[in-house]
Amino acid sequence: MGCIEELKYETILAHASFKECRDYVKEHFMERFEVEPGFKIFDSYIIGIPPILVGIDGESVVFPYTKPCHGTFLLRIECPEEVERLRRRR
Amino acid sequence: MDTALPGEGASTPVQKTALLLLGCPEVPVQMGIALYLAGRLEKTGTEVSVAGNPSVIQLIRVSDPDRHYIRRVMNLERAMADLIEGRLHPGLTVAFAHNDAGISYAATVRHVSGSPLYLIIFGKEAEAIAGLAEFECTKIVERAVHNPVQLKKKIDEVFGWVASRS
Repeated sequence: MGCIEELKYETILAHASFKECRDYVKEHFMERFEVEPGFKIFDSYIIGIPPILVGIDGESVVFPYTKPCHGTFLLRIECPEEVERLRRRR
Repeated sequence: MDTALPGEGASTPVQKTALLLLGCPEVPVQMGIALYLAGRLEKTGTEVSVAGNPSVIQLIRVSDPDRHYIRRVMNLERAMADLIEGRLHPGLTVAFAHNDAGISYAATVRHVSGSPLYLIIFGKEAEAIAGLAEFECTKIVERAVHNPVQLKKKIDEVFGWVASRS
């Protein structure tokens, strides 16, 4: 997981499919953004099948993180700077 | 005689390169097929790099200690970063997938790289997994887990390596 593993994160979904993570973001977060595969977040790149949804929950970012052997994890990381960066993409 | 690779004309002036992106090594056929594919591609004059997680890299080093089949290995995250950042431009990419994550990696490659993409889908749920890959690529699908022979046959057909019977 690279740099993300060193951050303080909360796991919302674990060992999920990419679609399950996308659907969860769609159903649970009013504020969400569609990003491209390879979108850089927390010095890592989002690996995924478009459309890729990233949610905003207060000052936290909710995003999918995929590992080859363990499927996709939906993570929540508090980071106002990343939230602001996502909002500026509008 | 080996034929030219699909998507690469005989008059292509640049060095032929290929990137093999391996998934989780839990399904046995992956490593055998990767060694076979790398060896065949190298025989066609293609410079092959293989990317995988640390376990994949160790499997390659143990299986092929003298690098007869796979000469260059790289960390999967590094390879993805280089593709995304435009530092890596393989002439063709072969992605291996037997799970949802493998398709996610292949979809990302499709999005960030313009090179021809071959997607080898295997494992017990090969057909279902193949249905997730709705992007442009050449799919090679076989429900192979332990025995690579049928999957190898399909790869030979797609890459034009079918032995002449005449």
